[in-house]
Amino acid sequence: MSESGNQPGELKRTPLHALHQELGARMVPFAGYEMAVQFRDGIIKEHRHTRNAAGLFDVSHMGQIRLSGGSGGDSAAAALERLVPVDVMGLAEGRQRYALFTNDRGGILDDLMVTNAGDHLFLVVNGACKDQDLAHLRQHLSADCTIEPLPDHGLLALQGPQAAAVLARLAPAVAELVFMTAARVEIAGAACFVARSGYTGEDGFEISVPAAQAEALARRLLAEPEVAPIGLGARDSLRLEAGLCLYGHDIDTQTTPVEANLTWALSKARRRDGARPGGYLGAETVMAQLEGGATRRRVGIRPEGRAPLREGVELIDGDGRPIGRITSGGFGPTFGAPVAMGYVETAQAQPGTRFGAMLRGKVQPVEVVKLPFVPQRYFRG
Amino acid sequence: MSDRRYTEDHEWVLLEGDTARIGISDYAQEQLGDVVYVELPEEGAVFAEGAQVATVESVKAASEIYAPVAGEVVEVNGALDDDPSLVNSDPLGDGWFFKIKIADADAAAKLMDDNAYKEYVESLK
Repeated sequence: MSESGNQPGELKRTPLHALHQELGARMVPFAGYEMAVQFRDGIIKEHRHTRNAAGLFDVSHMGQIRLSGGSGGDSAAAALERLVPVDVMGLAEGRQRYALFTNDRGGILDDLMVTNAGDHLFLVVNGACKDQDLAHLRQHLSADCTIEPLPDHGLLALQGPQAAAVLARLAPAVAELVFMTAARVEIAGAACFVARSGYTGEDGFEISVPAAQAEALARRLLAEPEVAPIGLGARDSLRLEAGLCLYGHDIDTQTTPVEANLTWALSKARRRDGARPGGYLGAETVMAQLEGGATRRRVGIRPEGRAPLREGVELIDGDGRPIGRITSGGFGPTFGAPVAMGYVETAQAQPGTRFGAMLRGKVQPVEVVKLPFVPQRYFRG
Repeated sequence: MSDRRYTEDHEWVLLEGDTARIGISDYAQEQLGDVVYVELPEEGAVFAEGAQVATVESVKAASEIYAPVAGEVVEVNGALDDDPSLVNSDPLGDGWFFKIKIADADAAAKLMDDNAYKEYVESLK
């Protein structure tokens, strides 16, 4: 759920901008914001710190949206189901689910997190997509729902095996949360909405905090010995090792949920034989692919050599025929070797299948592997 | 004051008799970030000045290395295969890339010396 998408013009700043500069961050334009790509330790050390201890990420560029209906959360849930192939009505209070906005061809407009916050639904969408997501929500749902963006809130992610111990020190209630659940929690005096989730493959939390208190909360968390600030560079290598999609690269309007191998995100209730089949944009395309398969699929790709294979690298079979393309790739610091994902013809998508990748005019051998590259370590209670 | 010379692409050239040892500057490795792979040329390959001769892959991106002087590659730094982070930890020493038998002994003379390169880097900040 992180993304790229650099926009021209004035760059926006997150509530942690001054803190990033004080911490020696290297700032880059990202999703229309000036964001920290790395701090003094560099990407590999930051990546390892997150896997070994706890990393603090500023993801305040992401869009936070409150969706409420006339008669409580239920009607907002029913309305949102018109835009996502996901069971939102069956989402219990305090629970969170991964979802996708589809278009009328079954392409993916964005990926997002939906949480039932009791009297409203809380959505977190990609920063580069948030304006168009808001327009999309208003176009389709404004008759039934109140749609409120929350630009006065920052979003911090605390990720890693020691994240829970750290956060519970400041707010014992978070220890009660399991993966993909959320609650209102006061942390260091700030009224936060905390979800036990993230995008690194590690246990951890995403903390929505009023912008005015975001810096104080970040400083409080950084004062804990296990916590280090982590930039977007490590966020990218962490999510790649965890096999998670980056919008605008691994998924976009040209890819469907089935092609993207996100069928696990297509709720049973919304499938052909479910309680509320279809009823979302592009449902016929998506359901037909669920039943009949798609011609290509997103897979994990392990380069057998040491050269990283990055987005755009062409994949070829033994006869030199193009069979697909890499959509994200790089070096996996925990995996200890290059890692990648991309789309290949379905016939070539079985783990263990070997073919070639064209890098600077030479063929590099690669193998299809099961994702993730590094085991996910979510806390399921 | 060393005999090391620098290009505007942040490569360095150190003359050793009729060969030149080539690497990238401390500023360059700092800008690249963690280096994870260096694709080196083959020994015996001949390059014109300015030709693309190697590729450095950092965590963030791939960057091309251009031959700062023309000539034949006579040795490459095999240690980078096992430990590409030498480019970060010792860019002017153990992190060297390759040696070229130079075609024109005066070719490096037009490159920047230590002081000129320091000024050049300052001008970029």
